[in-house]
Amino acid sequence: MAVTTSTYAAQDSAGSAKARSVVLQDRIFFYMTVASAVLVVLVLVGVMVSLVIGAWPALSHSGLSFLWTERWSKKAQIFGALAPIYGTIVTSIIAMIIGIPVSFGIAIFLTELCPQALRRPIGVAVELLAGIPSIIYGLWGFFYLAPWLAQHFQPVFGVLANVPVVGALFVDSGSGLNLFTASLILAIMVLPFITSITRDVFQTVPTLLRESAYGMGMTTWEVVRSIVIPYSRVGLVGGVMLGLGRALGETMAVTFVIGNSHNISASLFDPATTISATIANEFAEADPGLFTASLLELGLVLSIITFIVLALAKWLLVRGEIK
Amino acid sequence: MTVTNTAGSADLNGGAASRIEARRKVGNLIALGLSIVATLFGLFFLVSILITLLIQGFSAISPSLFLENLPPLGGEGGGLANAIFGSVAMTVVAIIVATPIGILAGTYLTEYARGGKLAEVAKFINDVLLSAPSIIIGLFVYTILVLPIGHFSAWSGAAALGIIALPVINRTTQDMLGLVPNALREAAAALGTPRWKTMTHVIYRAARSGIVTGVLLAVARISGETAPLLFTALNNQFWSTDMGQPMGNLPNVIFQYATAADANSQRIAWGAALLITVTILVINIVARALSGGGKQQV
Repeated sequence: MAVTTSTYAAQDSAGSAKARSVVLQDRIFFYMTVASAVLVVLVLVGVMVSLVIGAWPALSHSGLSFLWTERWSKKAQIFGALAPIYGTIVTSIIAMIIGIPVSFGIAIFLTELCPQALRRPIGVAVELLAGIPSIIYGLWGFFYLAPWLAQHFQPVFGVLANVPVVGALFVDSGSGLNLFTASLILAIMVLPFITSITRDVFQTVPTLLRESAYGMGMTTWEVVRSIVIPYSRVGLVGGVMLGLGRALGETMAVTFVIGNSHNISASLFDPATTISATIANEFAEADPGLFTASLLELGLVLSIITFIVLALAKWLLVRGEIK
Repeated sequence: MTVTNTAGSADLNGGAASRIEARRKVGNLIALGLSIVATLFGLFFLVSILITLLIQGFSAISPSLFLENLPPLGGEGGGLANAIFGSVAMTVVAIIVATPIGILAGTYLTEYARGGKLAEVAKFINDVLLSAPSIIIGLFVYTILVLPIGHFSAWSGAAALGIIALPVINRTTQDMLGLVPNALREAAAALGTPRWKTMTHVIYRAARSGIVTGVLLAVARISGETAPLLFTALNNQFWSTDMGQPMGNLPNVIFQYATAADANSQRIAWGAALLITVTILVINIVARALSGGGKQQV
C-alpha cells in the first residue's frame, strides 16, 4: 500500500487533479477493505462482550457455583448449568466414539480401496450430505430413529441393566428421546465433516512414501497403519477437533431427540439436555431477569468451550499442512 | 516391522513364516472389511434419511402447499406460502449485506495484508467464526437488536443469517484471490492502473466464478439455519411483508409443526423439510459445477 500511495503522491505533485482523485479513490477502497476485515473481528469480540453483559445478572448472582449446580427451577429462581454442561460433553464424547472410527473407515475405503469409478460419486455424496441442515437430521431422528431405538435397540441393551456397576448405564427409560439417541444423531451428523477432512489429510501423504511401502511388501492395512496415519496424525486430530466443535454446538438435531430433562441420570437411555437444546427450548419463553441472564450465561459457557476447541482444531490443521 | 520377517522368510523356516504371512493377510482382510462395513453403515443412515425425506416430503407436496399460508397448529389444510416468502426475504437481505463486506474483507486479508501478523489473526478469527455454533449468533443478535428494539423482527433474523454468511464468503474470497496469478497484478500495475481498479476490473474478474461459488455456498448454509432464527425472526402464521415484524420461515415451521401431534401439521413440516433440502442440494451442485468440480470445501 505504502509504495503505491507514494507513487501517486509523486504524480500528484505534478498538480494533476486526476491523479489526486485516483489517490482518493484508492484510499477509499483501501479503507473499505480494512473496515470490512475489522468488522469480522468485531463480530467475534461483540459476541463475547454481549454475552458477558447479558449474563451479568446471573454471573453476579451465583458466581461460579452456576457451573456445578444441578437444580434448574423457574419457580425457585435457581438456575444451575451442571445438567446441560454434562449433557453437552457426554453426547459429544459418545458421538465422537461412534463417529471417529466410522469416518476413518470411510476415508480409508475412499483413499485405499474404492474402485476409481466410485471414488468421486461417493466423495461428492459425502460432501453434499455435509450441507444438509441439522434440523432435517433432527426431524428424521424424532420420527424414525428414536422410535426404532426404543423398540429394538434399548430392550436388547436393557438386559445389561442387571449387570453390577455398568448396569446403571443401560436402564431402559422406555422412551426413544434420550441421551443415546442424541449422541447417535450427532455421530451421523459429524460423519461427513470428519470423513471429508480425513480423506483430504490422507491424500497429503506423498505417493512416493506410499508406493515405497507397498514395494516393500506391506499389506494395504499395514500401509494405512504405519505410513498414512502416522504421517497425517496432526491433521487427523485437527479434523476430529473440528467435528467435536460441531457436535458441541449442534442445536436443532439434538433438541428434537434428547428429551429435555435437567436431571442428570446415569443411564444413557434417560432423557437429558444440552446447553444449546436448553437455550433453544426455553429462551423464547424466558422472562427477563435472572432466567434470561442464566440462559445467556449458558451461551457464554458454550461459546468459550467451542471457541477453544475450534481454535485448537485450526491450529493443529495448520501445523499439519506446514509439515 | 513385520516386513523384514517376510522378506527373509522363505529359506529360514517355512512354517513360521507362512503363519506370519497368513496372519498379516487375515489382519489386512479384517481391517479392510471393517472399513467397508463403516462405509456401508454411514451410507445406510444417510441414504435412509434422504429416502424418508423424499417419501414424506413428496406426499406433502401439492399446489396448496405453495399457495396457502400456514394453518393454525392442529388446524386443517394450509400451506407454506408465507414461510417460503419469509425465508427467501431474510436470505436475500442477509446475502446482499454480507456479500460486499465478505468480499472486501477477503480482499484486505489476501491483497493488502498478505502475510502480516494482524492478517493471520483476522483469518484465524474468521475460521473460528465459520464453525461457531449458530445458536450463539442468535443470542448475540438477540442482545444487540431484539432487546433494544423491544420485539422480534425479520430484520434481526436477516442480521443473524448475514453474520453466519459473512465468514463463508470471506473465506472463499481469500482462497479464490490466492489462486489469481501475481502476473496479472503486476501487469495491471505496469500499465499504471490504480490499485482499486486492478482489484475490481482485473482480479475480481479473474476470480469471479470462485467468488460466486462462495456466495452460493453461503446461501446454502443459511437457508437451513434454524437456531439463529428461533429468537430473532421468531415465526408468524400469517402473510407478512413487514420486515420490522416477526416473519414466518421454513426452518422454524419444521421445528414448531413437527412436534405437534396431528398429521396435518406433520405434513406441513415434512413439506418444508423437503423444500429446504432440495434447495440446498441444488445450490451445492450448481456451486460445484461453477467451480469446475471444485476442491475448495469450506
